[in-house]
Order: sequence, then C-alpha cells, then structure tokens
Amino acid sequence: MSESKPDKYRKVAYYPGCALEGTGHAYDRSTRQVGKALGLDLVEVPNWNCCGAMEAKNIDPKVQTYLSSRIMAITANKMGMDVVMAPCNGCYHNLKKAEYDLAHDPKSAEVVGQLAGKAGETAYQAGQVETIHALEWIKSAIGEQGLRERIHGGLKGLRVANYYGCMYTRPRHIFPEKDAGPGSESTAKPHFMDDLLAAAGAENVEFALKTACCGGAHTLSDSDMSTRLVLNILQAAEAAGAEVIATECPTCHSGLEMHQVRAEKRFGKKTQVKIVYFTQLLGIALGLSPRKVGLHENVSDGLAALKRRGAA
Amino acid sequence: MPIHEKSLIRPENLKTHEQLVVDGVDVSGHWSTFIQSRVVTDYNEALQEEIAALPGGEYIHRCWQCGSCTNACTVNAVNPDFNPRYWIYLVRMGMESELLRDKDIIWQCVSCNKCTYACPRDVAPEGVMKALSHWLELKGHTRKSPSMIFDEVFTDQVIERGRIEEGRLIQRFFRRTGQALGQDWLIEMGRRLLRRLPLGLLLRLGLAGVHAPRTRGWARSRAALREYVAQEQARQRRALGLDDLIEGARRDAAGITHG
Repeated sequence: MSESKPDKYRKVAYYPGCALEGTGHAYDRSTRQVGKALGLDLVEVPNWNCCGAMEAKNIDPKVQTYLSSRIMAITANKMGMDVVMAPCNGCYHNLKKAEYDLAHDPKSAEVVGQLAGKAGETAYQAGQVETIHALEWIKSAIGEQGLRERIHGGLKGLRVANYYGCMYTRPRHIFPEKDAGPGSESTAKPHFMDDLLAAAGAENVEFALKTACCGGAHTLSDSDMSTRLVLNILQAAEAAGAEVIATECPTCHSGLEMHQVRAEKRFGKKTQVKIVYFTQLLGIALGLSPRKVGLHENVSDGLAALKRRGAA
Repeated sequence: MPIHEKSLIRPENLKTHEQLVVDGVDVSGHWSTFIQSRVVTDYNEALQEEIAALPGGEYIHRCWQCGSCTNACTVNAVNPDFNPRYWIYLVRMGMESELLRDKDIIWQCVSCNKCTYACPRDVAPEGVMKALSHWLELKGHTRKSPSMIFDEVFTDQVIERGRIEEGRLIQRFFRRTGQALGQDWLIEMGRRLLRRLPLGLLLRLGLAGVHAPRTRGWARSRAALREYVAQEQARQRRALGLDDLIEGARRDAAGITHG
C-alpha cells in the first residue's frame, strides 16, 4: 500500500489478447516499444486465453466472467503480480466487468468457482488484481511531465482527433476509479489520450464523437450499420480539422479502417483522415522509427501525414 | 385499455370519410378523421417472466419508462423504429403481438452500452435487447440473426481452443452466412496493406492460419464450459416451455388428442 502509483505501474503483467496477436499486431508492437523507450517493464501473462470479447456474453454472461477472471487468476496466482495491463478496450472492459460481477454478484462467484474447480485451477477472488488500460498505465507511470522530458522530436502540432470508443468508459459502474475528481479519468468526457498526446506535441482538435460507437460488435454481421456509424466518426473528425484519428482499441481501429474502405467502395464516400494507434504516435514522438511502431502494418497509411508535419 | 402510445395508432386504424355530413355539417375529408376503437385482448401475461429468465433480461422489472435508453441509443439515431424503451414497455405490458412487429430489427443493438450508462434504474437495457433477440429466436419468431451466428462461431472457437484466430473466424462466419470471401472492400484492404510490404505481419498471420493459436492444457476448461453452456441452455428452454411446445407439436402431428 505504501507503493505510490507511478512505482506500482512501472512493472505490470501484460495481457495482449487475441486481436493484438493478429490484425492488431501494430498495437502490440508499438505498446511494447513505447514501454521499452519509457523504461517500463511488461511481463506477458503466460498461457493466456481469450477474454470472451463482445460475443461470449451473448451465449452466456458467466462464460465471459470465467474467461476474463482466468487472466486475473494467472496474474495473481502464477505470476504473483497485482496489476494487469490490457491495451484492448474489449479485454480491459471484460476484466473490469468480471471484477465487478465477482465482487457484487454471489451467483457469478459461485459459477466461476465451479468452472475453475472443474478446470483444475484456483479461482480468482475479487480484489486480487487491478486491471488497467494502456492509457492509464502510461498516464500513471510516466505522466505528462515525464513524457515531455522524454520526447524526442515530438508530434509537431499534428492535428489529432482522440477516439476512445465505447468499452473504455461504459457502463460507468465497472470503473469505480473513474469520475473520482481531479486527476481521474472521466467517463462522460475521457481525456487521458488527449493529455498524453498533447504532452507529446500534438494539437487535439475539438472532437464531439470521442465515445461514439463504431458498430464494432456488428462489423461483419450488420456491416452497413457499422459503415454508417464509422462514416459519422470519420466525417466529424475531418470537419474538426483532424489529420489523424488516434485509437486505443484494435476493434475500433480495424473497424475504422475497414469501414473507411467500405464507405468508399459501397457508398462512394471518400474520407482522407488517417487512423493511427495512440501508442504509434507516442512512439514517433519518442523518436522511434515508423517501422518500429508498425506504421506499415496499418491499412490506413498515416506516414505521409506525419512526414508532412516533420514528425516522422 | 387506453391508447397512450402514439405508435400504437396504426395507419390502418385511422378512418377518414371522403363524403360525410353529420347533423347538417359537412365533415368530409380530414375533418372526419377517427381512430377506430381498439381493445387489446391478446396479452401474454408470462412475457416479462420469460424475458427475465434469459441472460441480460433479469432486471427488466425495474424500468420506470423514463426513456433515457432510447434517447442515448446509437441505433435509434440511425433508425427511429429502434426503440428500447418502447419494447421494454411492451414486454412489461405483455403485448407480444405489438413487439413482434419489430422482430426483425431488435437484433441490431450494437452493444455500445450507452443505454446501460444512462439508465437510472440499472435495468441494463443492452442486456434486455440481447434477451429479446434470444427470445425471438428460441420461440421461432425470427431466424437466427447474423449477429447470433457470429456470437456462436466466435464462442465455439474460444471454448474449443481458448483463443481466437481471426482468419478462421471470418471464414467460418462467411461460410455459415453464405457470403463470399472475395468482398470488394476486403480485397481493397489487402491491396492497401500489401503496398507497404509488412512482411513480419503477413508471416505472422500466415503462421497463425496454419498453426491456429491455442491455450495449453485447455481440455478441462473446455469440458467445464461446454457442460455449463448446455445446462444453461436447457434451463432457458424449460423457462420458456419450449420442450412442452415441441412435445405438443409432435403429438399434434402424430394425431394424438390431448388428455
């Protein structure tokens, strides 16, 4: 308890999740590189499993609770650690949701206990582990001042729309540490990404759709709906004068990329704004090469926008 | 019951006489517009209980109809017929036939959680939308939605191997929904990606496609999850009386008269 937050977050368990091993690999790569450049230590959770994403809960919510709690159980019982960091909004949300349900719903705790028992594992107990997002990790361990001191080159006034998506802030009751007054994150108007990117030299545009939905859950099953929702986000970002949209979730990121192309192909609506992970922008600001942060692994090619500003 | 929902006034219930004189006053055309009297008799008194028995629907009884959910709703902004508050009202009133008018759009909830965030009564309307979709499918009112098929394909893979490999997931989903893999946008995305030769990424995705990633020692978790899901699905079928319905239909078909 005596350990201050910055120290506590300098070495954390790392849960990349399925998407970061696949199409979201650039996010995994840039997160690890930024951590390294900032002198932070990530220890990957061994033999992890899928958190259940947006889908398992629709088959049965407690399947998701078990899947997510298993990550926290490994963190506590196998790694002996008490903080796990998940860069994916979906994973982060699900671990938080599992924590909330296990603390407040005896039935959830009972079912998870039974499933873990049958699987031959020690069940996770609420309170053993704190789950944080990559944004909270850098914000708490390094902070804006720390980031400013380490910036090498910076983002040179690159105009950024910060896009947080749904799962980072909703519903509020699973994030008790948010909305806790000055310095804490806000669920109505999140600002941690704005804070970090401003410290890295970006100019954040006034963007009303920070927490609008990209339709990620139905990206393949109701694609026209998702394309409409994404197009709103892309057009609002452009109208606000953004050169890039910064993302913090592989599902949002690939959704924005996919439906930018789809809007062009199916509805003839072309948008120019580029889509980049916030960790890629931080990496560039810290002086890492575009390749090192996986900029060439994005479908949306943000390199020219960064070069135009002299940032890359 | 009085009609206090505007949406219950259907065009077919509005009557207008082209030529009508009442007590010497000409009320032809829109002056003679009447709402045909309407009495609801086909309540399903068990509807709320049935929805509450499905995962996500547990807290529907808390709703006090403030409308915060619909006001916050992402899909409502695109399609005004998508109205969570109204559907919750219909379920609580037992007005099944009214609910069924919207059966083909209820599955379109994108789970953005804006409703659950806004709800002052912790109804968790997002969960209710999922419960409604399940109910419609279980009762045979709708075919399995593409969303449900995706949930099944996804969860099957997680329970089977512990992890998701996206290539396999997309292929299986497209096959089950009868869509071609060669979608124009997918080809265009590949083209844009290949332009900058992300060899490391391609190698990684290729390898994952061959050796699908899996969690080691997963067999016992798999067995436990399968058993649990089967047991929960059986419970849901009982709560909705589906086995009785199926048995009844079987007996009818076989020409056996009931007791």
